[in-house]
Amino acid sequence: MNPLDETRRVADGIRRRVTEFTLKNGGGYLSQACSSAEILATLYTRVMKLGPSVAPPVPPPFGGVPGKNPNYTTGAGYNGPRKPELDRFFISPVHYALVLYATLVETGRMAEEGLAMFNADGSTVEMIGAEHSPGHELMAGSLGQALSQVIGIALGRRRKGETGRNFVFMSDGEFMIGQTWEAMETLSFYKLDSVIAYVDANGQSADGRINEVMGIEPLKERLEAFGAVAVEIDGHDVEALAAAAETPHEGKPLVVIARTNPYCGVEVLSERAPKFHYIRFTKPEEKEALERFFVEKWGGQK
Amino acid sequence: MTLETQVHQKNLVKWAADKPEVVVFSADLTSSTEVRLFAETYPDRFYSFGMTEQNMMSAAGGMAREGFTPWVHTFAIFMYRRALDQVQMSIAYPNLPVRIVGFLPGITTPGGATHQAIEDVAIMRAIPNMTVLETGDAADVESVLDVAQAIEGPVYIRMLRGQIPRLFTTPMQLGRARRLRRGADVTLFTAGITTEEAMRATQVLEQRGVSIEHLQVTTHKPFTDPAVLEAASQPKYGVITFENHTTVGGLGTEVAEVMAEHGVGKKLVRLGIPDTYAHGGSRPYLMRHYGLDALALVRAVEKLVGEDLNIGEDDLAAVRVEPVHGDFKAEAL
Repeated sequence: MNPLDETRRVADGIRRRVTEFTLKNGGGYLSQACSSAEILATLYTRVMKLGPSVAPPVPPPFGGVPGKNPNYTTGAGYNGPRKPELDRFFISPVHYALVLYATLVETGRMAEEGLAMFNADGSTVEMIGAEHSPGHELMAGSLGQALSQVIGIALGRRRKGETGRNFVFMSDGEFMIGQTWEAMETLSFYKLDSVIAYVDANGQSADGRINEVMGIEPLKERLEAFGAVAVEIDGHDVEALAAAAETPHEGKPLVVIARTNPYCGVEVLSERAPKFHYIRFTKPEEKEALERFFVEKWGGQK
Repeated sequence: MTLETQVHQKNLVKWAADKPEVVVFSADLTSSTEVRLFAETYPDRFYSFGMTEQNMMSAAGGMAREGFTPWVHTFAIFMYRRALDQVQMSIAYPNLPVRIVGFLPGITTPGGATHQAIEDVAIMRAIPNMTVLETGDAADVESVLDVAQAIEGPVYIRMLRGQIPRLFTTPMQLGRARRLRRGADVTLFTAGITTEEAMRATQVLEQRGVSIEHLQVTTHKPFTDPAVLEAASQPKYGVITFENHTTVGGLGTEVAEVMAEHGVGKKLVRLGIPDTYAHGGSRPYLMRHYGLDALALVRAVEKLVGEDLNIGEDDLAAVRVEPVHGDFKAEAL
């Protein structure tokens, strides 16, 4: 079997599970699964060197926030143990949380029962991920902060002589943010080539098409001007996604701009253009259309 | 009392010598925050972040997650105002041991409203997990390092620089006010630079028959020192708080909360920057203009006890241990 077939299977599973939840919950961040399924599937199955999960297959309930609290838990363990030679994964746009949870299930890092806790009160499997949510390690929901936090982590790991890389999953909307560019110039300044960012460039943000919200293009040239090595690829091409991580970038951060389609794999959503950020059903016919699509593509719902 | 210069500059280098976990972050104000000598002595432990305060605060959180204790140095205003979201989500929420060393508290800078941290205590003490400390003299500036480093979570420090007095021979202690004077008529709480001003006024007030119980607060949060409640409960006339901060949310509010929660039925007079932005000028001018000098305290005491004590500027000047402000020059930026 071509190892990339497994990656494609994971990507398909991500879309199926997120579509299922969107139907079940009457709405959700479905287009993010459509655009990023191959990116996350490739990172988890082909690119990152992570150990097996060290977290409980079924996530614990919310144990309170960090501080003087012995019950606090982190979601980082789903990405394996912390070891000097292993890679680390950091998700920045944490409204992709469900996509990440689905990835963890499809890659055997979280039990399917964990997914059933999604968005349930008292659960850590929250809609907008926090650092206690499975697969999450940072507080990133206020967009633009994760990359800077990873700078500190990468500098700290360098001080300790660690060789593992630091992967950051980002969204293109975050390149509207000043802090993202502060982080980029700092990554270049400190020659942090241990940091590799994969950007889901789906051209979408909360208001709609990014190019009608704010100008972030030409992204590749802007990143290069800030001292990064940037490559632009088809974000649904798993071979290209896997190969991109091998791009030479000694002494520079690497940014993989994965150009994606916000309804890839769930084409019935295309009628919603140009707004994809959060899929809502305003009419029963909309939900019925997605249900029909689901049955035709994946068979019956679980 | 002696005046000393560059206390933090010299002390930090000595203190950090045997602490490899201590790293210093700076935002293009390395000399202005007295960490130039650290950068020269331990270049490997010094991180320049340029004018990227939001990025710097998040990166400090990241570095702390790896087991280091970043001591982040810049003007207070650029951390708690410009980078407040980053302070909260990248540092305070995860309860990380980042030490936020905020320079130019209140009107200690001629830089005007853009540089004067006048409501930082109010904002920082509203943040869960945050410890808030304030230095008032050279002994505080030195001993605050050990106090902060012993705290598991994040710490915000109102730091002094340049020429500062050495008022105390004992180190700062977490959650413990220093009692500087005993008295029964008025209880006075000070913090930071108002302590020195108050020490001039209380001597003269005592000579005119008004006895003052004076406590210097160095821990704004947690504000749990039983000595505060005890002192606030005792005075014949009332309680005065005196701070280099707006009268909203700082020392005055901290004391008011303690008094209200314990049903202390005493008058409370809150002296400080009266809920206004300030402007640029010399420190003596600003302290006079915004009512933060010894004379302002004397007038407040007179009002509280209902008596004209016939104290003028000359009386206050006479108690100065020269040269307190004799050769004082406004710090450049």
